Amino acid sequence: MSNLKTNPIVRILRSPSRTALAWVGMIVLISLVREFTGVNDITSAGAMEATIRFTIPILMAALGGLWAERSGIINIGLEGFMIFGTWFGAWFGFLFGPWIGLLSALLAGGIIALLHAFLTVRIGIDQAVSGLAINLLAAGSARYLAGVFFTGRPNGSIQVSPPINSISQFTVHGLSPFLSHIAEKHILIISDVAGILAGIVTGVNWVSLMLFLLLPFSAWILWHTKYGLRMRFCGENPVAAESLGINVYRTRFIAVCVSGAIAALGGAYLAIVSTGNYLEGQTNGRGYIGLAAVIFGNWQPSGILAGSFLFGLTDALRVRQSTSVHALLILVVVLTAAYGLTKIKKKDWKGLITNFVISGLVLAYFLINSRVPDEFVTFFPYLTTLIVLAFLSQRLRPPAMAGAPYHKGEESGV
Amino acid sequence: MKAKKIFWTLIAPVAAIVISFIFVSIILLFKHANPFSTFQLIFSYGFQPGNIVAELNQTIAYYLAGIAAAIGFKMLLFNIGIDGQYRLAIFFAAVVGGSTHLPSFLEIPLIVITAMVVGAAWASIAGYLKVKKNISEVISNIMLNAIASGIIIYLLQPGRLGTKGPHSDNLATPTIPKSGWMPTISMFGGQLYTFGIVAIAVGVIYWIILNKTVFGFNLRATGLSFRAARASGVNAPRMVFITMAISGAIAGLTGVGECLSETHNYSLAFPEGYALTGLALALLGRNNPIGVAFAAFFWAFLERAAPILDLNGIPNEIVLMMEGTIILATVASYEVVKRINKRQQQKLVGSAQITNVESKVTKESAV
Repeated sequence: MSNLKTNPIVRILRSPSRTALAWVGMIVLISLVREFTGVNDITSAGAMEATIRFTIPILMAALGGLWAERSGIINIGLEGFMIFGTWFGAWFGFLFGPWIGLLSALLAGGIIALLHAFLTVRIGIDQAVSGLAINLLAAGSARYLAGVFFTGRPNGSIQVSPPINSISQFTVHGLSPFLSHIAEKHILIISDVAGILAGIVTGVNWVSLMLFLLLPFSAWILWHTKYGLRMRFCGENPVAAESLGINVYRTRFIAVCVSGAIAALGGAYLAIVSTGNYLEGQTNGRGYIGLAAVIFGNWQPSGILAGSFLFGLTDALRVRQSTSVHALLILVVVLTAAYGLTKIKKKDWKGLITNFVISGLVLAYFLINSRVPDEFVTFFPYLTTLIVLAFLSQRLRPPAMAGAPYHKGEESGV
Repeated sequence: MKAKKIFWTLIAPVAAIVISFIFVSIILLFKHANPFSTFQLIFSYGFQPGNIVAELNQTIAYYLAGIAAAIGFKMLLFNIGIDGQYRLAIFFAAVVGGSTHLPSFLEIPLIVITAMVVGAAWASIAGYLKVKKNISEVISNIMLNAIASGIIIYLLQPGRLGTKGPHSDNLATPTIPKSGWMPTISMFGGQLYTFGIVAIAVGVIYWIILNKTVFGFNLRATGLSFRAARASGVNAPRMVFITMAISGAIAGLTGVGECLSETHNYSLAFPEGYALTGLALALLGRNNPIGVAFAAFFWAFLERAAPILDLNGIPNEIVLMMEGTIILATVASYEVVKRINKRQQQKLVGSAQITNVESKVTKESAV
């Protein structure tokens, strides 16, 4: 327990004002990095727009993971639900317009998740097996359905769907050009903030906005309603929950269905907004990255937003300009060094030295090379998660009974 | 009694296969295809002599992946990292093989051992995190798979460890010299890998270690109850770590047959997804070396037969869907069977207690 209280990261994430402060601190740091390295794309409006586009699907997958895991069911099938989402979103989007596409992806995800819920909650099979089988099933089904429905349509084939009408966008008039103007001046901090804001208000997509709002909405349900309390209770201790009259099976069923629905929405977003059509394999492991974001974010809404944003940002920067990723290494150098300094207070000299060595190694890499190989950037989210797991595992607080099967009337074994 | 036991062992996989056949039949009916003629097509094509050799070769790889998964399962370890372990292992084995020129009797063992060591090393990262940091091996292995892919793609670039073939744009490792090639057996117009002998040996050793050694006993005990094993003096965390490494070492062997007897290098054409297949086969074969072998052949058979469907106007993706349903149905029916058995046992114990009490009562009343 003392660990939890003294850890600076946990302390920062505890209170909203500190979280906000952390975000401000990040922006200041990033703008310093931009100034120092001269890579202006990091905080440009375009990069921000791309980041939003890449963050939303990961965030949806992560939210899906959060819902399921908080109720005690690990959903490795997130990738599969996203794949289903891309297909349903694309097909119904093509037929009836993008909004119906999103809606049908939502419904399809929820209905298919019933299968995962039935197998894991009622029958009690290994949750990882079920999730992985769903991923396999999704890949096969999407290809099968694409072959049956898309081939023969205009511009459609087994790998590509016919194009979907795009969703209306809006730009906050007056504000957007003004901010972009400031952003192009490259003044320290001011331009960076302007650039980020410009990215947010330019070409805003209604879908992005609505899906983003699912995050505070989920946080509200899970932490501020009776139902949410029950759901988290089922994830922490289903036996005790049952003894207090909570229907664990039903609660978990609902949570898993919501999880599948949200993940499918993320897939539909990829098809409808990101590319404008279904492409085979376009989810490209984002379901797994979402799973990683849940762990990275310590099963907290603010944390998974930070995780999704970080992974979305690296994705966006990689696509736009790989020198940006190289510049961000400085950020890693500063942050590891700063984290090392917090160890002084606890007289944890080993921790201090470890962090400084890592920081020094990254700095050396930054100075020797002029860019990060693209291959490394692709697995950056996975590596980050693994490192976070390895170094902060004692401070992570997953739902206690996530992953353990529960049968009514039996003690669930660990 | 024995017949009954066999019945309960076989009912689950048979039920699973029946369920998935029904599921696929429904899909086929939607597509206005006749399920019976479709299955007939799969069987007649799959059992053509020319295809059987290819299926057996594929069975070798699947079998090794299945055994790697099975040994993990015995310890309740879900080694989803087989994919990364196998690819990293065969990549480095091919690199080592391609850069050394030794006589056959040294070259081939060198390649095989490299593959095992690399597989074990990569798996032991997950094992370490599991034992020391209490991180679920599922999560860490998913991350490690992605990292392994990235490392391979990075190292496979020309100028690092890979080269571009003279006639193609495919990136590959340098070709292994002839002394590192493993002979093949010609049969039915195909070339059967002799590496199959290693696969059989692995199956036999797996069975012996598990059933006839102290190590195997400890392993099974730890899998059944971590706490009980620990209380009785087994170093349970160490067992978890070692099992993960062994599983990785066997996973490392998965691609060796293909590399030594056919491609003689590693390229990105090596298939992905062995982890899921291996886990499915271990589940289907109930972690039994012979069961896994049958399951592996069945899988290889289905996949070999899939392309014929396209030629007859049926999308071959139904094979993928069939595999998915088989996995789900197998696991689900095992769980159901387990619960039925448990209920029967409870009933048996319950009725035994009642008769006990009754006999006591009658004895007492007689007195």
